[in-house]
Amino acid sequence: MCSKAQLLLKHAMLSLVAFVSVISTSAWAEAERWQVNMTPGVTEIGHKIYGLHMLVFWICVVAGVGVFGYLIYSMIAFRKSKGAVSANFHENTTVEILWTVIPFLILIGIAVPSTTTLLEIYDTDDADLDVLVTGYQWKWKYEYLDANGENVSFFSNLRTPQGEIYNEDDKGEHYLLEVDEPLVLPTNKKIRFLVTANDVLHSWWVPAIAVKRDAVPGFINEAWSRIPEAGIYRGQCTELCGRNHGYMPIVVNAVEQDEFDAWIGERKAKAAQIKELMSKNFTLDEQMAAGQKVYMTNCVACHGVNGEGGVGKPIAGSAVAMGELNGLINILVNGRAGTAMPAFGNQLNDVDLSAVITYARNGFGNKMGDVVQPIDVFNFKQGQ
Amino acid sequence: MGEHHGPAKGIMRWLTTTNHKDIGAMYLWFSFAMFLMGGSFAMIIRAELFQPGLQLVEPGFFNQMTTMHGLVMVFGAIMPSFVGLANYLIPMMIGAPDMALPRMNNWSFWILPPAFLILAGTLFMEGGGPNFGWTFYAPLSTTYAPPSVTFFIFGVHIMGLSSIMGSINIIATVVNMRAPGMTYMKMPLFVWTWLITAFLLVAVMPVLAGAVTMMLMDIHFGTSFFSAAGGGDPVLFQHVFWFFGHPEVYIIILPAFGVISHIIPAFSRKALFGYDSMVYATASIAFLSFIVWAHHMYTVGMPVAGELFFMYATTLIAVPTAAKVFNWITTMYRGSLSFETPMLFAIGFVVLFTIGGFTGLMLSIAPADFQYHDTYFVVAHFHYTMVAGAIFAMSASIYFWIHKWTGRRYNEAMGKAHFWISFLGFNLTFFPQHFVGLAGMPRRIPDYALQFADFNMMSSIGAFIYGASQLLFLYNVVATIRSGKKDDAKKTWDGAEGLEWEVPSPAPYHTYSVPPQVK
Ligand code: HEC
Ligand SMILES: [Cu+2]
Repeated sequence: MCSKAQLLLKHAMLSLVAFVSVISTSAWAEAERWQVNMTPGVTEIGHKIYGLHMLVFWICVVAGVGVFGYLIYSMIAFRKSKGAVSANFHENTTVEILWTVIPFLILIGIAVPSTTTLLEIYDTDDADLDVLVTGYQWKWKYEYLDANGENVSFFSNLRTPQGEIYNEDDKGEHYLLEVDEPLVLPTNKKIRFLVTANDVLHSWWVPAIAVKRDAVPGFINEAWSRIPEAGIYRGQCTELCGRNHGYMPIVVNAVEQDEFDAWIGERKAKAAQIKELMSKNFTLDEQMAAGQKVYMTNCVACHGVNGEGGVGKPIAGSAVAMGELNGLINILVNGRAGTAMPAFGNQLNDVDLSAVITYARNGFGNKMGDVVQPIDVFNFKQGQ
Repeated sequence: MGEHHGPAKGIMRWLTTTNHKDIGAMYLWFSFAMFLMGGSFAMIIRAELFQPGLQLVEPGFFNQMTTMHGLVMVFGAIMPSFVGLANYLIPMMIGAPDMALPRMNNWSFWILPPAFLILAGTLFMEGGGPNFGWTFYAPLSTTYAPPSVTFFIFGVHIMGLSSIMGSINIIATVVNMRAPGMTYMKMPLFVWTWLITAFLLVAVMPVLAGAVTMMLMDIHFGTSFFSAAGGGDPVLFQHVFWFFGHPEVYIIILPAFGVISHIIPAFSRKALFGYDSMVYATASIAFLSFIVWAHHMYTVGMPVAGELFFMYATTLIAVPTAAKVFNWITTMYRGSLSFETPMLFAIGFVVLFTIGGFTGLMLSIAPADFQYHDTYFVVAHFHYTMVAGAIFAMSASIYFWIHKWTGRRYNEAMGKAHFWISFLGFNLTFFPQHFVGLAGMPRRIPDYALQFADFNMMSSIGAFIYGASQLLFLYNVVATIRSGKKDDAKKTWDGAEGLEWEVPSPAPYHTYSVPPQVK
């Protein structure tokens, strides 16, 4: 009786399998799109953490099916409305010991891989590269520690424009997860992060490279990662740090070693160049030309092409721009608290600052005639 | 003087009362008012998070809202509500005429409203209210705090005082005033859980007071407990805070365990499966709660040995907690079940609290917590335990005992509607938060990256539904008190057991003039 019945059964089974696999793959694709799970990321540790996460997750699912199955069965089978009469039993030592011992054994099963992974996370020895990460309200500072003392350091700020945040412009693809200067790291090297903070607590988290460490003012925490693949990895500050806690993202740009070497070489050269320029005396024309460039990238959004103002007050004819020099340097270095005017003291170097200050004093018809030198800004900062 | 046995009239009745039922009722109403206030802060939070971008509030105000939401819900809504329940029920359950220290009882309630007036008042002060999160980590809450932080500290001191007085009263009452024959191992579980909770409170509220006092010193008197610049340590704050804070979460949940252990047997018409093991499980949870605090701080940079200790200790909590859940379900097994509103909330509690327990187990795994910590995964976890735990248990209690308190029946259909709407709203709010948390959304941010948008919108819609369902609850309770069907049956529920069901409904102003005998 090989037969139709068998054939039919076979077809039915096959189509069921097909149906289930279509459903589950599309459900899987949907889940991907909606991002419902932790990322395993790219690092080995990240994969181990993900494995632990899924292990405990599946244990919970199995336990949940058991517990909720038992609950639902009881709710259906022992309804008073269906005439259920309650039994009279309570206390059963065997059962109670069982439901104590079994969870305990499962916990030991979880504890073993958790412990080994944790030990690995804590093993920050023998790093190839040290990066000092400092949290500021509300930006990150990165400093590459160099054996010869030629450290490279810079600030990394949110790059998303105010217009996107306040819904005046369309939001870009990496809304709130984009910075002006990403942290550039070499691939396949053990990188040690020395994490600290300048003001309040912050926490430096990049999920895809499996690093999260609290930044504590006055203390240095260590973490490490070895990134196997070049790529851009994004993260955020995860410890409440005041008003703009939601606006201090992290972007890591992992590149091959030679690309990294070239980049850091360029950085060092630029730093050396600035050092040299610090002691130079510029002419008014030089400072005006340089200042205009700085203005066009850093100030124009708020103050307008002709210094006519906008989000910021007008600079053309401004009493501050044309007032006492230290007052003007002060507003640029420290910003103006409680307004949109940012502090540029840490964002621009003294050469650029002196140029843009000169430009503010002499551009837009202000014509004060004095030239501000890098050393003036430097002295002002020292005097604070 | 016959007058002695009835309440005084007018406002003075409430100001001067030493009656445990009056005080219990005031606690319950006060906590409900706080619940609505904390809830409206949550609505503002969810409205801002409805879409990415800033629409309604500024980030600074958003931080005040998350902070005040947490503080008001924990210290204003949940804790006082269970103290109210304790006041109302413990004397009735153990056969005592009143609380042991009735005048102190009056004080412990009446200092609460000023404390919260001060706290709410900070929102209108120069620089705004507390904006450093309900965990108020230093130095954001000290050097960088708004000036109103001093008032916040004062408020915390007063409410801590209230909690300590309330717990001393409960301990004194339970230890000294049980009816003849009521041995400790015959005490109703709600009384047991509260006795243990009261000891936890007495142990940890002074620690909280110590933490805020150190803050006060740092802010005004030049000390540097929490400032590295002066030789202190910001992480010290976190240790002290969580030494209070972890027992605190059990302070919130243990009385809830207690009421669930009354309600499930009543609607299963069957004795609780393992009374003794419930008592032992509660005691072990309370003990463990003192040695797990640093699992809130896995990423803070502890030595690895400390990290391992706190991880192992934390996972252990799963054992007594699992025992409790099995106990409740085995009580239902082969019972005779009906599903009135209190039972629905109790079952909702068991299901959702278990889910919260599962995510708790996941969070306890230190290496994995490096990815979960301070994300929405944690937010989802603790709302499953606090809202679906404490608040569902509280709703269940009100439906369960309201007829005993008022002699009137509540509207069952409306009660069930309240349950189903809040069950749906709750899950719609908090289930998606697991997903955004795992996908990388940090907590306490007013604005988020675009990939989190869909789930956040769901979450906000759920929150509005959950919030609205509480108005239905309020309406049902008020309607019951004013015009519910009168019923003088002693037992509201045929399966309910305990001394409180042996007295008339509503229970007389002074429940017992002669102590009942317990066999
Ligand atoms: C994000 C917007 C923004 C940017 C970018 C910005 N400013 Fe401003 N700036 C402001 C605002 C707003 C004020 C007004 C502050 C106040 O209300 O006192 C201001 C004030 C000033 C003033 C004082 C004007 C006055 O009369 O009070 C000067 C000078 C100034 N900015 C220069 C600059 C320069 C130079 C740059 C670029 C290096 C710059 N600003 C970048 C927003 C900005
Ligand atoms: Cu931060």
